[in-house]
Order: sequence, then C-alpha cells, then structure tokens
Amino acid sequence: MLTIALGRLEGKSRKVAHFSLVYFLLIGLGFLFAMPLVWLLSTSLKSNEQVGTWPPVWIPYPFVWENYFVAWTSGRFGLYFFNTAFITVLATFGQLLTASMAAFGFARLRFPGREVLFAVLLATMMLPFVVTMIPTFILFKNLGWLDSFRPLIVPYYFGGGAFFIFLLRQFFKTLPNELFEQATIDGASNYRIYYQILLPLSKPALSTVAIFGFLHHWNDFLAPLIYLNSPEKFTLALGLQQFIQRTEVRYQEMMAMALLMTIPVLLVFFFFQQYFIRGVVMSGIKG
Amino acid sequence: MSQEAIPGTESDRIAQLPAKPRSVWASPIRRREARDGIVFILPWFLGLLIFILGPFVAGFYYSLTEYDSLLPANWLGVENYRRILFDDDRFWLTVYNTVWYVCAAVVPQVVLGLLLAVLLNQKARGITVFRTVFFMPSIVPIVASVSLFIFILHDRFGLLNETLYQVFGIVGPNWLTSPDWSKPSLVLWSLWGIGGGMIIYLAGLQGIPQTLYEAAAIDGAGALRCFWKITIPLISPTILFVVIMGIIGSFQIFTPVFLLGSANYGLAAAGPMDSLLFWVVYIYNQGFFYFRMGYASAIAWLLFMLLVVLTLIQFRLAGRWVYYEDEAAIR
Repeated sequence: MLTIALGRLEGKSRKVAHFSLVYFLLIGLGFLFAMPLVWLLSTSLKSNEQVGTWPPVWIPYPFVWENYFVAWTSGRFGLYFFNTAFITVLATFGQLLTASMAAFGFARLRFPGREVLFAVLLATMMLPFVVTMIPTFILFKNLGWLDSFRPLIVPYYFGGGAFFIFLLRQFFKTLPNELFEQATIDGASNYRIYYQILLPLSKPALSTVAIFGFLHHWNDFLAPLIYLNSPEKFTLALGLQQFIQRTEVRYQEMMAMALLMTIPVLLVFFFFQQYFIRGVVMSGIKG
Repeated sequence: MSQEAIPGTESDRIAQLPAKPRSVWASPIRRREARDGIVFILPWFLGLLIFILGPFVAGFYYSLTEYDSLLPANWLGVENYRRILFDDDRFWLTVYNTVWYVCAAVVPQVVLGLLLAVLLNQKARGITVFRTVFFMPSIVPIVASVSLFIFILHDRFGLLNETLYQVFGIVGPNWLTSPDWSKPSLVLWSLWGIGGGMIIYLAGLQGIPQTLYEAAAIDGAGALRCFWKITIPLISPTILFVVIMGIIGSFQIFTPVFLLGSANYGLAAAGPMDSLLFWVVYIYNQGFFYFRMGYASAIAWLLFMLLVVLTLIQFRLAGRWVYYEDEAAIR
C-alpha cells in the first residue's frame, strides 16, 4: 500500500523507495510512542530546577537518585509495594489453581450438564463488571470484609475468571488423548492425572494465565479504591493516586514512583514476551 | 440409510447398539468421572452463584429500591429509572460525555490500529524491535501512564504545550483544566495504548496466505487494491472483534477518567464542569460517594442493557460486511 505513490518507479529502486518510506514512518511514529516513557525515566532523575524547562532536558545532570528515596519514604511506597505484591501473588495463585481445575473438568471429564454449564461460562464472559460491582460490594460489606485484602483475593479462588478457564480448556483439549487413557488404565485417579500429567504439560498456557493475572492485580485501581480505606493497606495504584491528588505536586517524585510501579511489568514483558503476545492474540481469537 | 432402517427384532437392535452404557450413572468408571468432573468445576460453579449470578440478580433488585447499604432497602419500583431518564440532567450529560469519547476513541483505535499493524507487518529488518516499541505503552499500568500524561499535558510547563509554543509558536490549550479539552486529552492518552489492538490485528494479518497477494500481483493489482480487496475482507472478523471490544471497553472506561477528572478537583468531581463525568464514574459517584446504591444500580443496569443492545446490533450488521473464510468454502 505504501508503494502507491511510487508506482512509476521500477524494480530495485521501487523497493528501495518502499523501504525508505517504511523506515521513515517506523522511526517517526516509533519516536512518538517511545518518547513518553523516555520522558518518564528522564524526569524521575531530575533536580527540581530541571523539571519543566525549555529546551527540555533529556539527560538530567546530575542524576538525582534521591527522588526515588524521598518519594519512597514520604509516600510509604515500601508498604504499598509489599501490599500489592501480597495481593497479586495470592490472587494469581487462586486463579491458576481454580481456573485450571475448572478447565480440566470442562475439557476432559464427562458429567451431566457439562455443555450447558460451559455455555453459561461463555455467556458470563460477556457480562460487564459494572452490573455486579455494587451488589458484590454490599456482599463484602455484610461479611465485614471491607478495608481488608479479602475482597481482592478470595473471589479469585472461585474459578479465577471465565476467560482464563476458556483459554486453559482450549489448551487442554489439544493434549493427546492417549496420555490420559494410559494413565487411567494404569489406575491413576483424575486428581493424580490433574497434578502429575496435566499441570506439568500445560506450563505455556499456565504462564499466560499467570502473566495476565499478575498484570490485572498489579495494575488494578477500581477494586482497591472501593475496598481499601486505611492508608496502611493501600496498593501502589492507590499510593500513586495520592501523589496525583496532592496540591503541591513534585513531578520528579511522581514520575519516580510511576516508573517503579511500571518496572516489574516491563520485566515480566521482556522475560515472557511470547506468552504475553499469545495471551493478547488468544483474547482476539475468541471473537 | 441408517442402522435403524434395517428390520429386525427388538433384541437384534439392542445387540447392535455400542457397548457403552446409556446413562452416565450406569458404570462405576463413568460415575466416578462424572463425580470428579463436578468436583473440579465446583469452585467455579460456587463462584458463578456467589459472585456473578447472585450479584447480577441482586443488582436488579437494588435498582428498584432506595438503598444506602445501612438501612433496609426501600421498594420504589421503576422510580429510579424514571428519575434517571426524565429528571436527571447529569445523567444525560454522562451519556453525552461517554458517547463522545466512545466515538472519538474507537474510530482511531480501529483504523490507526490496523494501519499500524500493516506497517509492522512489513518484512523489514529490525521490525520486532519496532513492534515492541509500539506494544509497550499498552501494558504500562494505567495509574502510571495517567500520572505521566498529567505531567506531559500540564498547561504551562508540560512537554506538549512547551513544544507547541517554542517550536510552532502555538499557544496550546489548557488540556486538563478546560471543559473543551479534557476529553481530547483522554483520547490522546488512549491513542498511546493503541498497541494492544495492533497486536491482535497483526496476528490476523499473519494468517492471510501470502499466495493471494502473489496471485493478485501477477494479475496486475496495485498495493492499494490488494489492501481493499484482500486484506480488508480477510481481516474483517478481527476488525469486528476490535470494534465490539473497543465499544464495550470504552463505554466502561473508569480508571483514567476518574484519575484525570479528580486530579485538580477532588474525589467527587469529574473534571472541569463535569466534562469527565462518564458512565462508570457516575455510578461510582452515586454509589460510593453518596451511597445511593439503588440509584447507582439502576444506572449500571441501563449501561448493561445498552451494551447488550449494541452488541446484538453489531452482530446483526456484521452479517453484511464480515467475511468468514470457512463459510465461503462451504458455499
């Protein structure tokens, strides 16, 4: 499509022109997309004088590492970091466990009503969270669970999300039947098959679920906002929001904390890129 | 001719049936399998009842009551809905703001996302690096990226307005403090995260057989013609998916709107002159700020019904323009 304007050029020169245009667009747009993150990093290391000056300072001099220290201590970010990690690990574990269980049931075991229940599962994927948000809040209020981590963790031990069950079920279906039949003939129970055969063979799919679970809990804002009140129970997202609300904003510190919250996500992305992309694409395939 | 058509006595027919038991409860192995299956899906099933179906029904009930979550719910019938639709100007402002954003954000997501994917589908050296650059912003935690945009869009010393002024001599708008520019700011923020949709398109593009383009090139078709006649039809199911997910997601957008809206105006506010009062923000406001749980539930149910209708309409319309390869093969 990009070669349209170059229609009259022939052969090699046409190809050169095509790729020049491609690289021109890639580099130009790439700069626009990369710039905010570079700006985030750069600002987080600036002294107060270098923030918001013209011409913009891209490489701060000197590097002010104190921004991180000041923001970390003044905003109690160590505590928020721990809280967020605690919720993320426990909730993601629950998702992995119960979603893989349900997916195993739907993929490999025959029981009455399975097809109907699976259709219900697919239907719940379409249900917007706003319809259940308020009644769920009232439920946890009646249980006396407000201002605790329980509303952010316990629900994930009940299936862990329809989409993840669907994703795992599709993966379990691709595993060879003979494996399960042989194990059954050898006298293995379904529970043993689940944790000794199915789970070890499903590491790629489980990794995808783990990564998306991690992302969701790490980034979540609405649920902590609704359920957590005392500052000592805040997550990183709520801590950063407090920075935004301050009347006297020190942007270099705000950027430092925003970057600290982003770094674990980027690390996971770089180390598990293939699972990441697969998950995004899977979410598209279901449509 | 099927098996049943062969004449024979009743006992012959039973003998012809496979040895499998007719009921799942008939053999101990099948019985155990069924029992285990139920055990394995039990956590999900309980979750379905407790966290999805229960709240779903309860939410509808609350929407017909006056309920502050402390005193018992007070039955109102459809009064909440009547008040929202006929007496609540802020609700209609909410609808206007949300629809404005949905239109302004979904169109670029769908169109630019596709164009970007076509660009990144070129066989150029180092293309994976560029894919990473475009995809990365879409995974930055929303609270972090909104903090960053609040800084970049600052009226006076934000990078955007400084660049506009110093390089182009344009005095930039007050992005976050002007009612006319708060929604465009949000669209700008959403454009930065376009990489998520781009990756979905990219997977779709890579599923198109290369031979189609080769054949078209031999027939003398230009690049633009190939794009309209091959790429667009073959990727139309992906486009439909991105459109539906984009619309559903944009109607329910909360975190960035709430953060931008409350940045300078306090938690109960929704941007300058309520210009960032969006559907879910209004639900949050009524439910968790004013504790009008019944009223908030009714607003939530209106959104739910709207989304159901929109999704159905889109699937209906999709029949006219979405091309499914498998279906074509059957014909």
